Amino acid sequence: MNTATTPVRTIKARRSVIENIRRNLKTAPLTAWFGMIVILLYAICAVFAPLLAPYGESEIVGKAYQLSSPENWLGTDQIGRDTLSRLIFGARNTIGIALITTLLSFLIGGSLGVLAALKRGILDQGISRVVDAFLAIPVLIFALMMLAVVGKNLINLIIILALLDATRVFRLSRAVALNSVVMDYVESARLRGEGMGWIVFREIVPNILPPLITEFGLRFCFVFLTISALSFLGVGIQPPTADWGSMVAESKSLISFGRPAPLYPAAAIALLTIAVNFVVDWFLHKTSGLRDGH
Amino acid sequence: MVTDKKRVKGETLLDIKGLKIDGYSDDVWNPIIKGIDLTLKRGEVLGLIGESGAGKSTLGLAAMGFARPGCRISGGSIMFDGMDLIAASEEQRRALWGSRIAYVAQSAAASFNPAHHIIDQTVETAVAHNIMTREKAEADARDLYKRLQLPNPNTIGDRFPHQVSGGQLQRAMTAMAMSCRPDLIIFDEPTTALDVTTQVEVLAAMRDIVEQFDTAAIYITHDLAVVAQMAHRIMVLRYGNLVEEATTRAMLKSPTQEYTRSLWAVRKLQKPESISDDIALRIHNVDASYSGAIKVLDNVTVQVPRGRTVAVVGESGSGKSTLARAITGLLPPSRGEIYFNGKPLPRTLAERDKDTLRRIQMIYQSADTALNPRQKVRDIIGRPLEFYLGLKGADRDRRVVELLESIELNESYIDRLPGEMSGGQKQRISIARALAAEPEIIICDEVTSALDQIVQEEILSLLMRLQKKTNVSYLFITHDIATVRAISDEIVVMHQGKVVQQGPKSQVLSPPFPAYTELLLSSVPEMDPDWLTGLLAKRSKKAKVSA
Amino acid sequence: MHPVLRTVLQRLGLGIVTLLAVSVIIFSSLEMLPGGYAENILGQSATPETVAAFKRELGLDRPATVRYFEWIGKAVRGDFGSSYSGLSGSMKRDVSATIAPRLYNTFFLAAMAALIAVPLSLILGTMAALYRNSWFDRIVNSVTLTTIAMPEFFIAYILVYVFAVKLKLFYPNSTVSIGTPFVEHLYRAALPAITMTLVIIAHMMRMTRAAIINLLASPYIEMAQLKGVSKSDVIRHHALPNAWAPIATVIAFNLAYLVVGVVVVEVVFVYPGIGQLMVDAVSSRDMPVVQACALIFAATYILLNLLADIVSIVTNPRLLHPK
Repeated sequence: MNTATTPVRTIKARRSVIENIRRNLKTAPLTAWFGMIVILLYAICAVFAPLLAPYGESEIVGKAYQLSSPENWLGTDQIGRDTLSRLIFGARNTIGIALITTLLSFLIGGSLGVLAALKRGILDQGISRVVDAFLAIPVLIFALMMLAVVGKNLINLIIILALLDATRVFRLSRAVALNSVVMDYVESARLRGEGMGWIVFREIVPNILPPLITEFGLRFCFVFLTISALSFLGVGIQPPTADWGSMVAESKSLISFGRPAPLYPAAAIALLTIAVNFVVDWFLHKTSGLRDGH
Repeated sequence: MVTDKKRVKGETLLDIKGLKIDGYSDDVWNPIIKGIDLTLKRGEVLGLIGESGAGKSTLGLAAMGFARPGCRISGGSIMFDGMDLIAASEEQRRALWGSRIAYVAQSAAASFNPAHHIIDQTVETAVAHNIMTREKAEADARDLYKRLQLPNPNTIGDRFPHQVSGGQLQRAMTAMAMSCRPDLIIFDEPTTALDVTTQVEVLAAMRDIVEQFDTAAIYITHDLAVVAQMAHRIMVLRYGNLVEEATTRAMLKSPTQEYTRSLWAVRKLQKPESISDDIALRIHNVDASYSGAIKVLDNVTVQVPRGRTVAVVGESGSGKSTLARAITGLLPPSRGEIYFNGKPLPRTLAERDKDTLRRIQMIYQSADTALNPRQKVRDIIGRPLEFYLGLKGADRDRRVVELLESIELNESYIDRLPGEMSGGQKQRISIARALAAEPEIIICDEVTSALDQIVQEEILSLLMRLQKKTNVSYLFITHDIATVRAISDEIVVMHQGKVVQQGPKSQVLSPPFPAYTELLLSSVPEMDPDWLTGLLAKRSKKAKVSA
Repeated sequence: MHPVLRTVLQRLGLGIVTLLAVSVIIFSSLEMLPGGYAENILGQSATPETVAAFKRELGLDRPATVRYFEWIGKAVRGDFGSSYSGLSGSMKRDVSATIAPRLYNTFFLAAMAALIAVPLSLILGTMAALYRNSWFDRIVNSVTLTTIAMPEFFIAYILVYVFAVKLKLFYPNSTVSIGTPFVEHLYRAALPAITMTLVIIAHMMRMTRAAIINLLASPYIEMAQLKGVSKSDVIRHHALPNAWAPIATVIAFNLAYLVVGVVVVEVVFVYPGIGQLMVDAVSSRDMPVVQACALIFAATYILLNLLADIVSIVTNPRLLHPK
């Protein structure tokens, strides 16, 4: 067959993204389905909070510490705000802040990690040693200390946590990038004379994306839990912003009176991290056998 | 007691009938062994041969009544000396293992426990099963070490596994298998991880001891020449089925199946030698080292003529791959010069211009790591076209298809990912990527050593056809002499960073040989059941003469 | 020098360097604040004179390097200087004196949790690994995955709600003081200890399971089976001697995790430990106390990892018996 004269027809072997997702969802285990549905519900709550919540975020609707009633399904808090409304707004605030922090952490840690793996030498040594020192201090402890120094406000919280988490992201992204950098296909691109941009974005990044996406899920959980813990300790997200961690702290005294008020926001936190973990667990199983038996 | 049992020669020891084994992957059970019969008499050595995926290791382990995790025996029977191993309890099987059926694994380094002395592991079964006292077992182990020609047989057992070499460890494992004088030993690719010169010693020791104690054995390998030295009878397996079974001599002389013949396909390939004075690449007095202290290349001079193939042959650590790195500029030489078309080549990669880079291409051993798993064939082959030749869009795709056809694949492969192709197809894509740059010289670094024989033959033939068509030169790095014979015009023999010998193929492969070439060439197993015997006789005669 | 000794010394040296680096980071955190700590505390209305006086009082007017060496020199001897709170009055609060009893309480709690959690999770994790893919393993996997994902205070409040409020078996608050008798202390610390046990047991079981599965996949374990070695001997004689390093790593990692988890749990149960002290100090921005607590937490963390590494080194046959 001689195709030099006949024009090449474009072969549409490219399986669409939607088709791929559909295939994957078919084989998803029950736990992963549970996780995905929960995440979707949380996302809806976060995006449409003002529409879903019966009352405003810091609107005082009645007396303090009311029990649940047809008007206030979950009762009211210590200054008479509707607990359910604050829970719904809390989704937006708590998840949003954790998401921004994690993105920032990946932007810093991820790019430095890939750069260090690629350049090696002094740059890699330098960053790695500094990161090693930071890794020797637990994140929560360091965050507490830094918040004591710079004072508790939202921007400080995001920057501090993003920087601390970036050290962890750096470690992982450097390791996975290094696995890719030593591959013959990268050497082959080098021998071809390719520039840095091609090597990073066409050769390495597509290969390290799957583990990094999985890690993103886990880091998000970690950041989310750390922010909740800091808020619970009273140094994280500050009132009057509705936030689950602080809501636990504000209502904790009620538990002695037999009212499970702090359990609602705490359960909201737990449910989300459990859901993300289930999905990540499924992802790990899938990507560990990359393209086996397509 | 087990060891007192009378060993009658000629009596059937192992009888496997209609054996089926499944393996679990992707949530389903797939057949690995699809109904195989196997019988073995006392004192007989049976060779199991086949390529990757043939199920030979699975069958070998099944002969012990053992299935790896993720495998299950789904049908048939395994009778060992009158005992049904499938019906037997875990305890009954365990009583046989080590004492009456022993196993020798491929990697001795991984199969010895790093935490215990070699001798403790050698005598473990004998002592645990109360076959011998510890003192007696240890004395016996030292005797076995001596019979297996291990250095310092009286003290080597007091060492830890990481303290002795791979070849010695493999022999120590044979001693371990032999410690209870079993009726049957399963050898599972015991020499595959060794260099050829070490392989000879280990093979000789293993064959000798099996003969001395009249032990039956199943010898598993992918190398027909190796098994020919060891086995009385050979079974050829493919995809879990029996292809052919015959005595060793009969099989080598007149195989009935086409597939059996393909197992030595590469050996039948013989390119007529052709000499040329038109030198494309000249490596002149080159030294190179990684850390500065030890020279990995020591005063290496090699010439590659245009349109010809120069094979660089040597064992691991000979510096042959470093030579490739020096030429490509990844490891600038510390001394000497490399000339390309008569002009000195800039030492480092960064100093070379695009057109120089285009002219020298490289193909790697493993297409799995050389092709980006996330790029489609269209982009893998298309990139050099775009990068060097400026081809874009439809022109580029047209050329990609032409290249696919030149490597005997068709355009339906254009949107495949590497993971969706077989090993041979992937290596073809690597070749197409190198060809896309329209190079003058291609460095081939062990490009066939990860492939099955028949695929090797196809790839080598393809490379030769392409050379005829494009007049490209190959610098062919390999450790396999059969490949060298098949493809080269000239040969360079390397040993410990130095060039031992070089010249036209006919000259290098015929006597007189320098000592190392002699050792290397004579160590390559031949398709002759008497080869090892002959070689050992020749070597001992020579040793006597020199003594 | 014997390679084991050399490697251990190298690792010790690295540990000390890390500790010093961490102490520099902790100390210099105070210097990182744009505009300075004193200005920030006193607010914009403060005159330069008040700022200067405040700085002099805290000793912040001297060069940072001088203050660092003074601080670390005293810290090594257990002296963390004076607290900022109550500084202006005549009663200077000594940081070390404040910390000491609380440090005891925290270690008491952590030790209690560790004594329950470590053996339990090693046994359960090993069982899950040995009976891989059994129903036991599957349940363990789901339960631990769920537990790991939960915030500590959620587990804590569920325990309080059930065991203290509804069943009235324990007090919701774990108040103890220096005079509390040992048994009473045990009883009062039970609920927080159980909380922490639940949190780390999940982590530790998963890690133990993974480590043991990894170990059992070694070719030498298969070889031992094929030599007819009995199941118990495979574990005892072939797996165990190689298991110390991974197990030590798992334990150290989780004890370090415990040290951090203690902060939240102490606050939930109003347990007077060093975690609660640190949180209070952060709220009042009492830097000497914050820094002292951070240094203690970090040092514990580094020390645990150091211990695990040393166990790995001294049980490594390749180092014990060099070529």
